[in-house]
Amino acid sequence: MVKRIVVGAHYGLRDWLAQRISGVLIAVYVFAILVALPGGRPLTYAAWRGFFEQGWVRVSTLVFAASLAWHMWVGIRDILMDYVQPVGLRLALHTVVLLTILAYLAWAIHILWR
Amino acid sequence: MAQAAAKKKRPKYLNLRALLFEIRLPLPGWVSILHRVSGALLFAATLWLLFMLDRSLASEQGFAQIQHYAALPLVKVSLLVIVWAFCHHLCAGTRFLLLDLHWGIEKAASWRSSVAVLAVSLALTAFFGWKLW
Repeated sequence: MVKRIVVGAHYGLRDWLAQRISGVLIAVYVFAILVALPGGRPLTYAAWRGFFEQGWVRVSTLVFAASLAWHMWVGIRDILMDYVQPVGLRLALHTVVLLTILAYLAWAIHILWR
Repeated sequence: MAQAAAKKKRPKYLNLRALLFEIRLPLPGWVSILHRVSGALLFAATLWLLFMLDRSLASEQGFAQIQHYAALPLVKVSLLVIVWAFCHHLCAGTRFLLLDLHWGIEKAASWRSSVAVLAVSLALTAFFGWKLW
């Protein structure tokens, strides 16, 4: 039994946990939204827009988007850590991915509070 | 420690031929690698999905355009691939959470849950595909 004293740099536990908690939140949101989506056929623009203007849809979608952003970051970072060995290239790709995810999140907020 | 690891030459066996023809992944391995592939695909597809959501909520005309666009066969097939990626990612992710809880970690049980993940995600994709069409 190796006794590790966890000090200083974290051992990835936070990301490991965040990946799981955000995954569960994403699943719950998708189930809820599939149930709640306006079912009228044919779907009209007014119904579609009205649905996303509801307070609870905005708030839950924002929480979903934030969970998704964190989940994506940990997941893509793990893939890059496994397959991209040159440090400079990996750093560059990490930066691009992080900026992309931030842009996704900002775009989602823009769409929700237009 | 680091030196000992560096000195020990492990046989590396990861050329394209080996990857394609010689390495045979067990079923749980397929579930795992497809979890990665579907995750990467969903990350890329988010750009496209956000674009469609944006346009459909922006205006009456945008909404009509996206309705027309989403009815194109190529778009529908692409959406179906994304639906599969989501369903697989969800099912495989649920399986990994259960494995974290030490549920079904024996060899036979993990093989069965892998079959379940592949089958349920395909069934869900078929269901949503039927809804979509």
